Amino acid sequence: MSNLNLIKTVKDIPPEEYLAPGHRLCAGCGAPIVVRLALKAVPGPKIVVSATGCLEVATTIFPYTSWKVPWVHSAFENAAATASGIEAAFRALEKKKGAKKPKIIVFGGDGGTFDIGLQALSGALERGHDLLYICYDNEAYMNTGIQRSSATPKGAATTTSPAGRVIPGKLERKKDLIGIAVAHGVEYAATANPAYPVDLYNKLLKAAAVKGPTVIHYYTPCPTGWRSDPSRGIEIARLAVQTRIWPVYEYDHGTWRINIMVKKPKPVEEYFKLQGRFRHLLQPENKWLLEEIKKDVEENWNRLLKLAGLKT
Amino acid sequence: MKYKTWKDLPIGAVIPEPGSSVEYKTGTWRTFKPVIDQDKCIRCLLCWVSCPEPSIRRHEENRVSVDYDFCKGCGICANICPVKAIEMVSEL
Amino acid sequence: MARIVGMNGDTAVAYAVKQADVDVIAAYPITPQTIIVEKLSEYVNNGELNAAYVPVESEHSALSACVGASLAGARVFTATASQGLALMYEILYIASSLRTTIVMALGNRAFSAPINIHCSHDDAYAVRDAGWIELFAENVQEAYDLTFQAFRIAEDKNVLFPTIVNLDGFILTHSLEGVNVFEDEEIPKFLPPKEPVNPIDPEKPVSYGPLDLFDYYIEHKKQQAEALKASYPHILKVFEEFREFSGRSYKPLKTLSMEDAEVAVIILGSAAGTVRDVVRKLREKGEKVGVVSLTLYRPFPQEELVKVLKGVKAVAVMDRSYSYGSPGAQLFMDVAATLINVRDKPLLFNVIYGLGGRDLKPEHVVQVFEHAKKVAKEGEVPEKEVWIGVRE
Repeated sequence: MSNLNLIKTVKDIPPEEYLAPGHRLCAGCGAPIVVRLALKAVPGPKIVVSATGCLEVATTIFPYTSWKVPWVHSAFENAAATASGIEAAFRALEKKKGAKKPKIIVFGGDGGTFDIGLQALSGALERGHDLLYICYDNEAYMNTGIQRSSATPKGAATTTSPAGRVIPGKLERKKDLIGIAVAHGVEYAATANPAYPVDLYNKLLKAAAVKGPTVIHYYTPCPTGWRSDPSRGIEIARLAVQTRIWPVYEYDHGTWRINIMVKKPKPVEEYFKLQGRFRHLLQPENKWLLEEIKKDVEENWNRLLKLAGLKT
Repeated sequence: MKYKTWKDLPIGAVIPEPGSSVEYKTGTWRTFKPVIDQDKCIRCLLCWVSCPEPSIRRHEENRVSVDYDFCKGCGICANICPVKAIEMVSEL
Repeated sequence: MARIVGMNGDTAVAYAVKQADVDVIAAYPITPQTIIVEKLSEYVNNGELNAAYVPVESEHSALSACVGASLAGARVFTATASQGLALMYEILYIASSLRTTIVMALGNRAFSAPINIHCSHDDAYAVRDAGWIELFAENVQEAYDLTFQAFRIAEDKNVLFPTIVNLDGFILTHSLEGVNVFEDEEIPKFLPPKEPVNPIDPEKPVSYGPLDLFDYYIEHKKQQAEALKASYPHILKVFEEFREFSGRSYKPLKTLSMEDAEVAVIILGSAAGTVRDVVRKLREKGEKVGVVSLTLYRPFPQEELVKVLKGVKAVAVMDRSYSYGSPGAQLFMDVAATLINVRDKPLLFNVIYGLGGRDLKPEHVVQVFEHAKKVAKEGEVPEKEVWIGVRE
C-alpha cells in the first residue's frame, strides 16, 4: 500500500480513456464518471464484468460497445459469481500456462448489489476472489423505471414506494453495504462520491492495490430517477455529503476514516428540495418523517465518528 | 447502416470492435450546448473529470474543448465550472 | 493395457474429469451428484489435479462462475441435479447463447414437490430447449466414457456448445461397477488441452453478452439454432474417434433387434438395459420386439430414428418424467414430432414409468410390449398415456 502514487489534484488523473462516448446513458448520469476513473486507476490488464442494469444496457447496444477493455455481462444477480469464475480461470491458467492474471472490476447497480445480487457478492467476498466490486448506487431500480430497492433512502418516492396520502414514500432505512462488506473480512471498502474526484480516484487506487476482494460504494446522481436538473448532479452529490446524508468514509485494513469531515452540516432540506423524489418531505403533513430522517442522519454520523475513533 | 445476416455475425453475439459506440452520435440529443470561454478557463479539469460521456476533450496544458458529436447537453460542466467559463447556449 | 477399477457413477465421472485435466470446477453439493464434487475437491486439495475449485454459494452462482471461466478460456466442469439444475435455469440459456464449452454431469433426480432424491428425468428434460448438447449414460462405463467425449464435443471448434452427461440418480451415481479406465498419459491422444475460441483477452478487448434488440436478436437466435443442428456430424466424428481410441463404440441411438421389429420401445438412461434383457427373452419366444435407446438426446437424432422405426407398427415411448397439461411427456413429443410427416409411421403411445426412483421391473416391460402388440394388432391406440408400476 505504501508504494501507491496517490494523487493530489484532478490534473494527476491520466488522460487515457477506456470508455468511449456514444453510449446511451441519460444526459447527466453519474455512473460513467466512476467507470472512467476506475479504468484509469486500475493499472495493467483488466476485465470488466457488469450486472444487468442501466450501465450494461446503455453501453453495449449491439452492434456498438463503449468498452475498450474486455467486458462481460451474463445476468442481473450473478455479476460477482461470473467474475469469480473469470478470476478462478485466470488463476488456474496462470499456474498452468503462465498467462498474466488481469484485475477484475465488477460494476453492479444498487438493485444488482444490495438486493438480487447480494448472495453472489457475499459468496465472492467470502471466497476471497481478487476483484474490485463497484456498486454504482442511484438508489432505486432506474433501468426498469425507478422502483424501490433496499438502497433507496428513507423518505424517497419511487414508482413502487410512491409518496401517497397514507404512506409518504419509502419508510425503511437504506442497507449498510460497507458494513456488510467489512463483516466478510475484506481488507478495503469505501464510499465515494463524484463531487470529490480526487478522493474517489485515490480510493480506486487503494482498492485496486489489494490482492483480494474490495468494495467501493459509489454515489450515482440520476436526474431521471431523482427528478432533478441534469446539470446539478455534482452539486447534489456534494450536498449529500455536506448534509451528512451520504458520508464519505473508508475501511482500510482495520482502520475507519471519515475522508470528508463535515463539521457544520447543511440542513437536509437543501438537499431534498433539489430532487422531486424528496419534495413531499417538505410538506407540513410529512414533518414527522423529515424529523425521523434527521435523527437517522445524526445517528449514522455518530456511529461513523465512533468507528473512526473521533468524539461525537 | 447495412444490417448483417445471421451468417455474417460473429458467434455468441459478441462485439469484437472495442469502443465502437463512437459510431453512434449522441450529440443529436442536445438542446443546449456548452461553450467554453478559453480566456476565462483556469485549466482545472473539473469539467473533464465530471463529464459522463466523456465529451470534454483534454488537450496539451490541460486545455479543454467540447466534442459536440457526443455532448448530450447535460450542463454538468457549466454548473461545476468554478470560474463560470462555460455557458449553455440554446440550439433551438 | 486395460485396467478395470471398481467405481460408482459419480466416482467414475470425477475420475474422468480429473484425467481430462480440467482447469476450473465450480459446483454446489446436491444429492445424488455430491460424490463427484467431493472427489474433485479431494483431487485438488491433494495436488492430484491442478485446477481452481470454486466452492460457490449456490447452483446459480456455480453455473455463472462456469460461464465466466469458460469465456476466459478454461476447461470447465460442474455437476448438479434436480433442484440445483432448476436454480441454474436462467444461466443455462446464457451459457449456450454465449457459446461456452462447459461440461456438466447431471445426476438425474426428480423435481420437488414432494421432495425426492431419486431418479426421474425431470432435470434432463428441463434443459431440452436451452441449447445444450445432452448425452445419456446407460451404465457407469458409459458415464466415464461420455465425460471425455463431452469435453471433446463441447470444445470442438465446429460445435462450441455446453454439454451435459446425464446419469440416473442412485441407479448409476451410486452403483458400483467395474470400469475400464485409461492411463493418464493416454488421454491427450483423444483429449488435448482446450484451444479456446475468442477467449477473454485484455490484448483483444471484446464485449460479451450485450443488449440485443429487435434489429439483431432474431439473427443471433437463427445462427445459434443452425449451429446446434450443424454440430451433429461433428458429434458423430467424436464418437468415431473415441471408438478408435478406446475400442468402445458410441452412436446417437443404440438399437437391439430393430431390423424386423413389429413393436418397439424407445427409452433413455439406465432402464434401457432392463428393456434389452426383456427383448432378448421375448425374441427367444419368437416375438418381433425391439428397443431403441438414445445416447444423444440433444440435438435429437431425427433422421436415424425415422430409419430405425421403418416398418415398425407400434412404439411405446417411455418417459421417466411428465409434462403436465401437454399432449404427451417430453420424449413422446420429441418422437411424435420427428415422425409427424413420415408416411406409414408406427402408432405411438406414451408410457410413464419410474418416477422418483420407482423400479422398472422386467414384468413391467413385458406389460408394455403386450400393450404394444395389442396396438399393433388392432391398429388403434386405446390409451395414448399409460402409467406403469403405479398403484391404481
